[in-house]
Amino acid sequence: MGGSLVTLPAGARDKIRLAVTVNGEARDLLADPYKTLLEVLREDLGLTGTKHGCELGECGACAVLLDGELQLSCLVPAVECEGRQVTTVEGLKIGPELSPLQEAFADHGGSQCGYCTSGMLMAATWLLGRKPDPTRQEIQEALAGQLCRCTGYQQIYEAVESGARVLRGEKPLPPTLSTVVEGGGHG
Amino acid sequence: MMRLPRFRYHAPRLLSEAAALLADLGPEAMPLAGGTDLLPNMKRRQQTPAHVVGLRGVEALSARSGDPARGLTLGAMTRLASLEQDGQVLAAWPALARAAGLVASPPLRNMATLGGNLCLDTRCTYYDQSEPWRASIGYCMKREGEVCWVAPGSERCWAVSSSDTAPVLCALGAEVTLTSKAGDRRIPAQALFADDGMQYLTRRPGEILSAIHLPPPRPGEKATYLKLRRRGSIDFPVLGVAARVKLGAGGAVEEAHLVLGAVGSRPQAAEEASKFLVGKRLGDAEVVAEASRLASQVAKPMQNTDFGLAWRKQAAREWVARALRELAG
Repeated sequence: MGGSLVTLPAGARDKIRLAVTVNGEARDLLADPYKTLLEVLREDLGLTGTKHGCELGECGACAVLLDGELQLSCLVPAVECEGRQVTTVEGLKIGPELSPLQEAFADHGGSQCGYCTSGMLMAATWLLGRKPDPTRQEIQEALAGQLCRCTGYQQIYEAVESGARVLRGEKPLPPTLSTVVEGGGHG
Repeated sequence: MMRLPRFRYHAPRLLSEAAALLADLGPEAMPLAGGTDLLPNMKRRQQTPAHVVGLRGVEALSARSGDPARGLTLGAMTRLASLEQDGQVLAAWPALARAAGLVASPPLRNMATLGGNLCLDTRCTYYDQSEPWRASIGYCMKREGEVCWVAPGSERCWAVSSSDTAPVLCALGAEVTLTSKAGDRRIPAQALFADDGMQYLTRRPGEILSAIHLPPPRPGEKATYLKLRRRGSIDFPVLGVAARVKLGAGGAVEEAHLVLGAVGSRPQAAEEASKFLVGKRLGDAEVVAEASRLASQVAKPMQNTDFGLAWRKQAAREWVARALRELAG
Protein backbone atom coordinates (compact mmCIF):
# COMPACT_ATOMS: atom_id res chain seq x y z
CA MET A 1 0.00 0.00 0.00
CA GLY A 2 0.85 3.61 -0.62
CA GLY A 3 4.50 3.59 0.27
CA SER A 4 4.37 2.79 3.99
CA LEU A 5 8.02 2.21 4.65
CA VAL A 6 8.46 0.64 8.02
CA THR A 7 5.19 1.15 9.85
CA LEU A 8 3.93 -1.61 12.05
CA PRO A 9 0.58 -1.45 13.85
CA ALA A 10 0.59 1.16 16.60
CA GLY A 11 0.81 0.01 20.18
CA ALA A 12 3.05 0.39 23.17
CA ARG A 13 5.00 -2.81 22.59
CA ASP A 14 5.44 -2.61 18.85
CA LYS A 15 8.88 -2.03 17.46
CA ILE A 16 10.01 -0.79 14.11
CA ARG A 17 12.63 -2.58 12.13
CA LEU A 18 15.34 -0.28 10.98
CA ALA A 19 18.18 -0.86 8.55
CA VAL A 20 20.66 1.97 8.79
CA THR A 21 24.36 2.41 8.08
CA VAL A 22 26.20 3.82 11.07
CA ASN A 23 29.84 4.82 10.69
CA GLY A 24 30.09 2.67 7.59
CA GLU A 25 28.65 -0.41 9.25
CA ALA A 26 25.25 -1.81 8.23
CA ARG A 27 23.03 -2.11 11.28
CA ASP A 28 19.67 -3.85 11.45
CA LEU A 29 17.67 -3.34 14.61
CA LEU A 30 14.30 -3.21 16.27
CA ALA A 31 13.52 0.06 17.97
CA ASP A 32 10.62 1.77 19.69
CA PRO A 33 8.71 3.71 17.04
CA TYR A 34 8.63 6.95 19.03
CA LYS A 35 12.41 7.14 19.36
CA THR A 36 14.57 9.79 17.80
CA LEU A 37 17.79 8.95 16.00
CA LEU A 38 19.64 10.23 19.09
CA GLU A 39 17.84 7.79 21.35
CA VAL A 40 18.47 4.88 18.99
CA LEU A 41 22.17 5.74 18.72
CA ARG A 42 22.64 5.99 22.47
CA GLU A 43 20.22 3.42 23.81
CA ASP A 44 19.99 0.76 21.11
CA LEU A 45 23.43 0.97 19.52
CA GLY A 46 25.43 2.01 22.60
CA LEU A 47 27.01 4.94 20.76
CA THR A 48 27.06 7.44 23.60
CA GLY A 49 29.53 9.82 22.01
CA THR A 50 26.57 11.74 20.60
CA LYS A 51 25.29 13.84 23.48
CA HIS A 52 21.82 14.39 24.80
CA GLY A 53 21.55 18.12 25.46
CA CYS A 54 18.48 20.33 25.22
CA GLU A 55 16.45 17.77 23.24
CA LEU A 56 14.80 20.66 21.38
CA GLY A 57 17.26 21.62 18.65
CA GLU A 58 18.73 24.59 20.48
CA CYS A 59 22.14 23.37 21.64
CA GLY A 60 23.71 21.25 18.88
CA ALA A 61 25.17 18.63 21.24
CA CYS A 62 23.45 15.81 19.33
CA ALA A 63 24.70 16.80 15.86
CA VAL A 64 25.56 13.97 13.47
CA LEU A 65 26.06 13.70 9.73
CA LEU A 66 22.98 12.22 8.11
CA ASP A 67 23.63 11.37 4.47
CA GLY A 68 26.58 13.72 4.79
CA GLU A 69 24.56 16.70 6.05
CA LEU A 70 24.92 18.17 9.52
CA GLN A 71 21.66 17.45 11.34
CA LEU A 72 20.41 17.32 14.91
CA SER A 73 19.69 13.73 15.85
CA CYS A 74 17.30 14.76 18.66
CA LEU A 75 14.88 16.04 16.00
CA VAL A 76 15.08 13.15 13.54
CA PRO A 77 12.53 10.39 14.04
CA ALA A 78 14.42 7.10 13.81
CA VAL A 79 11.70 5.83 11.50
CA GLU A 80 12.90 8.39 8.92
CA CYS A 81 16.44 6.97 8.92
CA GLU A 82 15.66 3.75 7.08
CA GLY A 83 18.34 3.12 4.47
CA ARG A 84 20.33 6.24 5.34
CA GLN A 85 23.96 6.84 6.30
CA VAL A 86 24.77 8.17 9.76
CA THR A 87 28.19 9.35 10.91
CA THR A 88 28.70 9.99 14.60
CA VAL A 89 31.74 11.18 16.52
CA GLU A 90 32.77 7.52 16.96
CA GLY A 91 33.11 7.35 13.18
CA LEU A 92 35.68 10.14 12.92
CA LYS A 93 38.72 8.18 14.07
CA ILE A 94 41.05 6.77 11.47
CA GLY A 95 41.86 3.21 12.48
CA PRO A 96 42.92 3.42 16.13
CA GLU A 97 44.07 7.06 15.73
CA LEU A 98 42.22 10.30 16.37
CA SER A 99 41.37 12.28 13.25
CA PRO A 100 43.50 15.42 12.69
CA LEU A 101 40.53 17.50 13.80
CA GLN A 102 40.10 15.53 17.02
CA GLU A 103 43.82 15.82 17.67
CA ALA A 104 43.67 19.56 17.11
CA PHE A 105 40.80 19.89 19.61
CA ALA A 106 42.95 18.09 22.18
CA ASP A 107 46.10 20.09 21.43
CA HIS A 108 44.37 23.48 21.43
CA GLY A 109 42.21 22.96 24.49
CA GLY A 110 39.12 22.97 22.30
CA SER A 111 37.32 20.91 24.87
CA GLN A 112 36.75 21.74 28.52
CA CYS A 113 33.84 19.86 30.07
CA GLY A 114 33.50 18.00 26.77
CA TYR A 115 29.74 17.96 26.47
CA CYS A 116 29.58 20.08 23.31
CA THR A 117 32.70 18.54 21.78
CA SER A 118 31.06 15.79 19.72
CA GLY A 119 28.68 18.28 18.14
CA MET A 120 31.52 20.75 17.56
CA LEU A 121 33.57 18.03 15.87
CA MET A 122 30.67 16.99 13.65
CA ALA A 123 29.93 20.58 12.63
CA ALA A 124 33.62 21.22 11.93
CA THR A 125 33.91 17.97 9.96
CA TRP A 126 30.89 18.99 7.89
CA LEU A 127 32.38 22.43 7.25
CA LEU A 128 35.82 21.13 6.23
CA GLY A 129 34.24 18.57 3.93
CA ARG A 130 32.71 21.42 1.94
CA LYS A 131 35.33 24.08 2.52
CA PRO A 132 38.84 22.82 3.29
CA ASP A 133 40.26 26.32 3.86
CA PRO A 134 37.60 28.28 5.73
CA THR A 135 38.06 31.80 7.10
CA ARG A 136 37.56 32.47 10.81
CA GLN A 137 34.17 34.00 9.96
CA GLU A 138 33.11 30.89 8.05
CA ILE A 139 34.13 28.70 10.98
CA GLN A 140 32.13 30.89 13.36
CA GLU A 141 29.09 30.69 11.10
CA ALA A 142 29.35 26.92 10.62
CA LEU A 143 29.56 26.40 14.39
CA ALA A 144 26.80 28.92 15.15
CA GLY A 145 24.37 26.15 16.08
CA GLN A 146 26.70 24.55 18.63
CA LEU A 147 26.60 25.94 22.16
CA CYS A 148 29.62 25.72 24.47
CA ARG A 149 28.82 26.77 28.02
CA CYS A 150 32.43 26.66 29.21
CA THR A 151 32.99 29.75 27.00
CA GLY A 152 35.71 28.04 25.07
CA TYR A 153 34.91 29.21 21.55
CA GLN A 154 38.30 30.84 20.95
CA GLN A 155 40.19 27.58 21.38
CA ILE A 156 37.57 25.72 19.37
CA TYR A 157 37.99 28.07 16.41
CA GLU A 158 41.77 27.71 16.64
CA ALA A 159 41.44 23.94 16.79
CA VAL A 160 39.35 23.93 13.61
CA GLU A 161 41.89 26.16 11.87
CA SER A 162 44.75 23.96 12.95
CA GLY A 163 42.95 20.74 12.05
CA ALA A 164 42.10 22.17 8.64
CA ARG A 165 45.78 22.89 8.03
CA VAL A 166 46.77 19.34 8.86
CA LEU A 167 44.03 17.98 6.59
CA ARG A 168 45.42 20.16 3.78
CA GLY A 169 48.89 18.71 4.37
CA GLU A 170 50.23 21.77 6.21
CA LYS A 171 51.77 22.07 9.65
CA PRO A 172 49.44 22.46 12.64
CA LEU A 173 49.19 25.81 14.40
CA PRO A 174 50.93 26.10 17.77
CA PRO A 175 48.42 26.43 20.62
CA THR A 176 48.09 30.06 21.74
CA LEU A 177 47.17 29.11 25.29
CA SER A 178 49.03 26.58 27.32
CA THR A 179 46.61 23.74 27.88
CA VAL A 180 48.66 22.25 30.68
CA VAL A 181 49.11 24.38 33.76
CA GLU A 182 52.51 23.65 35.31
CA GLY A 183 52.18 22.64 38.91
CA GLY A 184 48.60 21.66 38.50
CA GLY A 185 47.07 24.88 39.90
CA HIS A 186 44.54 27.13 38.31
CA GLY A 187 46.39 30.01 36.71
CA MET B 1 14.34 13.59 29.54
CA MET B 2 11.62 14.43 27.06
CA ARG B 3 10.54 11.60 24.80
CA LEU B 4 8.21 11.92 21.88
CA PRO B 5 4.68 10.80 22.69
CA ARG B 6 3.44 7.66 20.94
CA PHE B 7 2.30 8.21 17.38
CA ARG B 8 1.80 6.21 14.24
CA TYR B 9 4.04 7.23 11.37
CA HIS B 10 2.85 7.18 7.78
CA ALA B 11 5.20 7.45 4.81
CA PRO B 12 3.32 8.41 1.65
CA ARG B 13 5.22 8.66 -1.65
CA LEU B 14 2.73 10.74 -3.60
CA LEU B 15 1.17 14.08 -2.74
CA SER B 16 -2.24 12.59 -3.44
CA GLU B 17 -1.53 9.81 -0.93
CA ALA B 18 -0.44 12.32 1.69
CA ALA B 19 -3.60 14.38 1.13
CA ALA B 20 -5.79 11.28 1.28
CA LEU B 21 -4.13 10.20 4.54
CA LEU B 22 -4.71 13.61 6.13
CA ALA B 23 -8.32 13.61 4.97
CA ASP B 24 -8.99 10.08 6.19
CA LEU B 25 -7.19 10.38 9.53
CA GLY B 26 -8.81 13.73 10.36
CA PRO B 27 -7.71 16.10 13.13
CA GLU B 28 -5.65 13.40 14.87
CA ALA B 29 -3.09 13.61 12.07
CA MET B 30 -0.42 16.22 11.38
CA PRO B 31 1.96 16.55 8.45
CA LEU B 32 5.68 16.37 9.31
CA ALA B 33 8.21 18.19 7.11
CA GLY B 34 11.67 19.02 8.51
CA GLY B 35 10.59 18.26 12.07
CA THR B 36 12.34 21.23 13.67
CA ASP B 37 9.08 22.80 14.87
CA LEU B 38 6.64 19.92 15.29
CA LEU B 39 9.00 17.51 17.08
CA PRO B 40 10.09 19.89 19.89
CA ASN B 41 6.42 20.80 20.30
CA MET B 42 5.51 17.12 20.53
CA LYS B 43 8.22 16.55 23.14
CA ARG B 44 6.73 19.38 25.18
CA ARG B 45 3.23 17.94 24.57
CA GLN B 46 2.09 21.15 22.91
CA GLN B 47 1.00 18.99 20.01
CA THR B 48 0.24 15.29 20.36
CA PRO B 49 -0.96 13.96 17.01
CA ALA B 50 -1.88 10.27 17.08
CA HIS B 51 -0.82 10.09 13.43
CA VAL B 52 2.16 11.75 11.79
CA VAL B 53 2.19 11.94 8.01
CA GLY B 54 5.87 12.16 7.05
CA LEU B 55 6.36 14.21 3.89
CA ARG B 56 10.04 13.49 3.26
CA GLY B 57 9.31 10.68 0.81
CA VAL B 58 6.99 12.83 -1.31
CA GLU B 59 9.24 13.87 -4.17
CA ALA B 60 6.72 16.29 -5.66
CA LEU B 61 7.21 18.51 -2.61
CA SER B 62 10.84 19.09 -3.54
CA ALA B 63 10.07 19.93 -7.17
CA ARG B 64 11.01 23.24 -8.69
CA SER B 65 9.97 24.98 -11.88
CA GLY B 66 10.25 28.33 -13.60
CA ASP B 67 13.02 30.92 -13.43
CA PRO B 68 13.58 34.56 -12.43
CA ALA B 69 12.11 35.83 -15.72
CA ARG B 70 8.84 33.92 -15.43
CA GLY B 71 8.67 33.44 -11.69
CA LEU B 72 9.80 30.48 -9.65
CA THR B 73 7.75 27.72 -8.04
CA LEU B 74 9.42 25.99 -5.12
CA GLY B 75 8.17 22.79 -3.54
CA ALA B 76 7.26 23.30 0.12
CA MET B 77 9.94 20.79 1.22
CA THR B 78 12.72 22.99 -0.19
CA ARG B 79 15.30 23.14 2.59
CA LEU B 80 16.14 26.55 4.00
CA ALA B 81 19.87 25.78 3.60
CA SER B 82 19.47 25.20 -0.13
CA LEU B 83 17.40 28.37 -0.45
CA GLU B 84 20.03 30.59 1.16
CA GLN B 85 22.65 29.36 -1.34
CA ASP B 86 20.41 29.15 -4.42
CA GLY B 87 21.91 31.14 -7.30
CA GLN B 88 18.57 32.11 -8.84
CA VAL B 89 17.02 33.03 -5.52
CA LEU B 90 20.08 35.04 -4.51
CA ALA B 91 19.97 36.92 -7.80
CA ALA B 92 16.26 37.61 -8.12
CA TRP B 93 14.86 37.36 -4.56
CA PRO B 94 17.85 38.12 -2.31
CA ALA B 95 15.56 39.14 0.57
CA LEU B 96 14.18 35.60 0.70
CA ALA B 97 17.66 34.06 0.57
CA ARG B 98 18.69 36.36 3.42
CA ALA B 99 15.63 35.52 5.53
CA ALA B 100 16.18 31.79 4.99
CA GLY B 101 19.84 32.18 6.01
CA LEU B 102 18.86 33.99 9.21
CA VAL B 103 16.62 31.21 10.49
CA ALA B 104 17.89 29.30 13.53
CA SER B 105 21.31 27.65 12.97
CA PRO B 106 23.15 25.72 10.22
CA PRO B 107 22.07 22.19 11.25
CA LEU B 108 18.47 23.36 11.69
CA ARG B 109 18.51 25.00 8.26
CA ASN B 110 19.74 21.72 6.78
CA MET B 111 16.58 20.12 8.16
CA ALA B 112 13.93 22.84 8.13
CA THR B 113 11.81 23.53 5.05
CA LEU B 114 10.29 26.65 3.50
CA GLY B 115 6.78 25.27 3.87
CA GLY B 116 7.48 24.38 7.49
CA ASN B 117 8.78 27.85 8.23
CA LEU B 118 5.58 29.35 6.81
CA CYS B 119 3.43 27.01 8.92
CA LEU B 120 5.60 27.51 12.03
CA ASP B 121 3.49 27.31 15.16
CA THR B 122 3.00 30.69 16.83
CA ARG B 123 5.19 31.21 19.87
CA CYS B 124 4.74 32.59 23.37
CA THR B 125 6.60 32.68 26.69
CA TYR B 126 3.68 30.88 28.33
CA TYR B 127 3.31 28.23 25.61
CA ASP B 128 6.83 27.23 24.52
CA GLN B 129 7.60 25.50 27.78
CA SER B 130 7.78 21.93 29.00
CA GLU B 131 4.62 20.12 29.98
CA PRO B 132 5.32 20.35 33.77
CA TRP B 133 6.04 24.10 33.45
CA ARG B 134 2.75 24.69 31.65
CA ALA B 135 0.92 22.44 34.10
CA SER B 136 2.27 24.56 36.97
CA ILE B 137 0.46 27.65 35.68
CA GLY B 138 -2.71 25.75 34.78
CA TYR B 139 -1.78 25.83 31.08
CA CYS B 140 -2.99 28.56 28.70
CA MET B 141 -5.81 28.80 26.18
CA LYS B 142 -3.61 27.76 23.25
CA ARG B 143 -3.35 24.29 24.74
CA GLU B 144 -5.46 22.72 27.48
CA GLY B 145 -6.05 25.91 29.51
CA GLU B 146 -8.61 28.70 29.54
CA VAL B 147 -6.64 31.86 30.08
CA CYS B 148 -4.24 33.91 27.98
CA TRP B 149 -1.52 34.74 30.52
CA VAL B 150 -0.21 37.54 28.33
CA ALA B 151 -3.53 39.37 28.52
CA PRO B 152 -5.70 37.57 31.11
CA GLY B 153 -8.82 39.54 30.19
CA SER B 154 -8.44 38.68 26.53
CA GLU B 155 -10.72 36.34 24.66
CA ARG B 156 -8.06 35.57 22.09
CA CYS B 157 -4.58 34.09 22.10
CA TRP B 158 -1.69 36.47 21.43
CA ALA B 159 1.01 33.96 20.48
CA VAL B 160 3.46 35.43 18.00
CA SER B 161 4.07 34.63 14.34
CA SER B 162 7.81 33.96 14.44
CA SER B 163 8.62 32.99 10.87
CA ASP B 164 11.40 34.83 9.06
CA THR B 165 10.35 33.84 5.56
CA ALA B 166 6.63 34.61 5.99
CA PRO B 167 6.92 38.43 6.10
CA VAL B 168 9.29 38.33 3.12
CA LEU B 169 6.97 36.21 1.01
CA CYS B 170 4.07 38.51 1.93
CA ALA B 171 6.08 41.60 0.97
CA LEU B 172 7.18 39.97 -2.30
CA GLY B 173 3.57 39.27 -3.26
CA ALA B 174 4.28 35.53 -3.40
CA GLU B 175 1.52 32.94 -3.56
CA VAL B 176 1.15 29.49 -2.05
CA THR B 177 -0.64 26.36 -3.19
CA LEU B 178 -2.59 24.25 -0.72
CA THR B 179 -3.32 20.71 -1.83
CA SER B 180 -6.11 18.54 -0.48
CA LYS B 181 -8.03 15.49 -1.59
CA ALA B 182 -10.39 17.92 -3.37
CA GLY B 183 -7.59 19.51 -5.40
CA ASP B 184 -5.37 22.60 -5.34
CA ARG B 185 -6.11 26.06 -3.99
CA ARG B 186 -3.72 28.92 -4.79
CA ILE B 187 -3.81 32.01 -2.57
CA PRO B 188 -1.62 35.05 -1.83
CA ALA B 189 0.93 34.30 0.91
CA GLN B 190 -0.62 36.99 3.12
CA ALA B 191 -3.98 35.19 2.92
CA LEU B 192 -2.41 32.08 4.47
CA PHE B 193 -2.24 33.87 7.82
CA ALA B 194 -4.97 34.78 10.29
CA ASP B 195 -4.73 37.23 13.19
CA ASP B 196 -5.16 34.67 15.95
CA GLY B 197 -2.49 32.91 17.98
CA MET B 198 -4.37 29.63 17.91
CA GLN B 199 -5.96 29.54 14.44
CA TYR B 200 -3.00 31.29 12.85
CA LEU B 201 -3.29 29.65 9.43
CA THR B 202 -6.19 29.64 6.99
CA ARG B 203 -5.00 26.19 5.89
CA ARG B 204 -8.06 23.96 6.08
CA PRO B 205 -8.06 20.54 7.72
CA GLY B 206 -6.73 18.03 5.22
CA GLU B 207 -4.73 20.61 3.27
CA ILE B 208 -0.98 20.41 2.73
CA LEU B 209 1.00 23.53 1.89
CA SER B 210 2.58 22.13 -1.26
CA ALA B 211 4.26 24.95 -3.21
CA ILE B 212 5.43 28.55 -3.01
CA HIS B 213 5.30 30.78 -6.08
CA LEU B 214 7.68 33.72 -6.37
CA PRO B 215 6.64 36.40 -8.85
CA PRO B 216 9.36 37.63 -11.26
CA PRO B 217 11.01 40.83 -10.05
CA ARG B 218 10.22 43.86 -12.23
CA PRO B 219 12.67 46.56 -13.29
CA GLY B 220 13.32 49.04 -10.49
CA GLU B 221 12.22 46.61 -7.82
CA LYS B 222 14.24 45.97 -4.66
CA ALA B 223 13.51 44.13 -1.45
CA THR B 224 15.18 43.44 1.86
CA TYR B 225 14.70 41.72 5.20
CA LEU B 226 16.12 42.68 8.59
CA LYS B 227 15.90 40.49 11.66
CA LEU B 228 16.19 41.55 15.28
CA ARG B 229 17.06 39.00 17.97
CA ARG B 230 19.27 38.77 21.02
CA ARG B 231 21.96 36.51 19.58
CA GLY B 232 23.35 36.34 16.06
CA SER B 233 22.20 32.75 15.68
CA ILE B 234 19.56 30.24 16.81
CA ASP B 235 17.03 32.78 18.16
CA PHE B 236 13.61 33.36 16.69
CA PRO B 237 12.97 36.93 15.55
CA VAL B 238 11.78 39.51 18.04
CA LEU B 239 11.13 41.67 15.01
CA GLY B 240 11.38 41.09 11.28
CA VAL B 241 11.15 43.88 8.73
CA ALA B 242 10.43 42.89 5.14
CA ALA B 243 10.27 45.66 2.57
CA ARG B 244 9.84 45.73 -1.18
CA VAL B 245 9.78 48.91 -3.26
CA LYS B 246 9.52 49.64 -6.95
CA LEU B 247 11.37 52.76 -7.91
CA GLY B 248 10.48 54.75 -11.03
CA ALA B 249 13.02 56.03 -13.55
CA GLY B 250 13.30 59.31 -11.62
CA GLY B 251 13.96 57.52 -8.34
CA ALA B 252 10.54 58.07 -6.75
CA VAL B 253 8.73 55.18 -5.11
CA GLU B 254 6.02 53.75 -7.38
CA GLU B 255 4.99 50.91 -5.11
CA ALA B 256 5.90 49.90 -1.57
CA HIS B 257 5.13 46.85 0.54
CA LEU B 258 6.20 46.83 4.17
CA VAL B 259 5.46 43.79 6.31
CA LEU B 260 6.52 43.31 9.94
CA GLY B 261 7.15 39.91 11.47
CA ALA B 262 7.09 38.78 15.13
CA VAL B 263 4.95 41.70 16.33
CA GLY B 264 1.58 40.00 16.04
CA SER B 265 -0.03 36.63 15.49
CA ARG B 266 0.50 36.96 11.75
CA PRO B 267 2.87 38.95 9.52
CA GLN B 268 1.56 42.52 9.81
CA ALA B 269 1.27 44.47 6.56
CA ALA B 270 2.00 48.17 7.18
CA GLU B 271 -0.45 49.45 4.61
CA GLU B 272 -0.62 53.07 5.66
CA ALA B 273 3.16 53.41 5.58
CA SER B 274 3.31 51.62 2.24
CA LYS B 275 0.75 54.02 0.72
CA PHE B 276 2.50 57.04 2.21
CA LEU B 277 5.74 56.10 0.46
CA VAL B 278 4.26 56.20 -3.06
CA GLY B 279 5.57 59.20 -4.97
CA LYS B 280 8.22 59.92 -2.29
CA ARG B 281 11.98 59.49 -2.31
CA LEU B 282 13.73 57.08 0.04
CA GLY B 283 16.75 59.39 0.15
CA ASP B 284 14.64 61.96 2.03
CA ALA B 285 15.24 61.50 5.75
CA GLU B 286 11.86 63.02 6.67
CA VAL B 287 10.07 60.58 4.38
CA VAL B 288 11.88 57.67 6.01
CA ALA B 289 11.09 59.00 9.49
CA GLU B 290 7.38 59.40 8.75
CA ALA B 291 7.10 56.00 7.00
CA SER B 292 8.83 54.35 9.96
CA ARG B 293 6.49 56.05 12.41
CA LEU B 294 3.46 54.87 10.42
CA ALA B 295 4.80 51.35 9.98
CA SER B 296 5.63 50.91 13.65
CA GLN B 297 1.96 51.56 14.49
CA VAL B 298 1.04 48.11 13.18
CA ALA B 299 3.58 46.54 15.54
CA LYS B 300 1.58 45.21 18.49
CA PRO B 301 4.25 43.63 20.65
CA MET B 302 3.01 41.92 23.81
CA GLN B 303 4.96 40.83 26.87
CA ASN B 304 5.49 37.33 25.51
CA THR B 305 8.85 37.28 23.74
CA ASP B 306 12.40 38.27 24.52
CA PHE B 307 13.16 41.95 25.40
CA GLY B 308 10.94 44.62 26.98
CA LEU B 309 7.82 45.97 25.35
CA ALA B 310 8.65 49.66 25.13
CA TRP B 311 12.04 48.96 23.63
CA ARG B 312 10.59 46.57 21.04
CA LYS B 313 8.12 49.21 19.93
CA GLN B 314 10.93 51.74 19.60
CA ALA B 315 13.07 49.20 17.79
CA ALA B 316 10.31 48.62 15.22
CA ARG B 317 10.51 52.25 14.18
CA GLU B 318 14.29 52.26 13.95
CA TRP B 319 14.48 48.99 12.05
CA VAL B 320 11.92 50.04 9.45
CA ALA B 321 14.06 53.14 8.89
CA ARG B 322 17.14 50.96 8.48
CA ALA B 323 15.37 48.78 5.93
CA LEU B 324 14.23 51.81 3.92
CA ARG B 325 17.70 53.37 4.03
CA GLU B 326 19.13 50.09 2.74
CA LEU B 327 16.69 50.15 -0.19
CA ALA B 328 17.54 53.81 -0.91
CA GLY B 329 21.26 53.13 -1.17
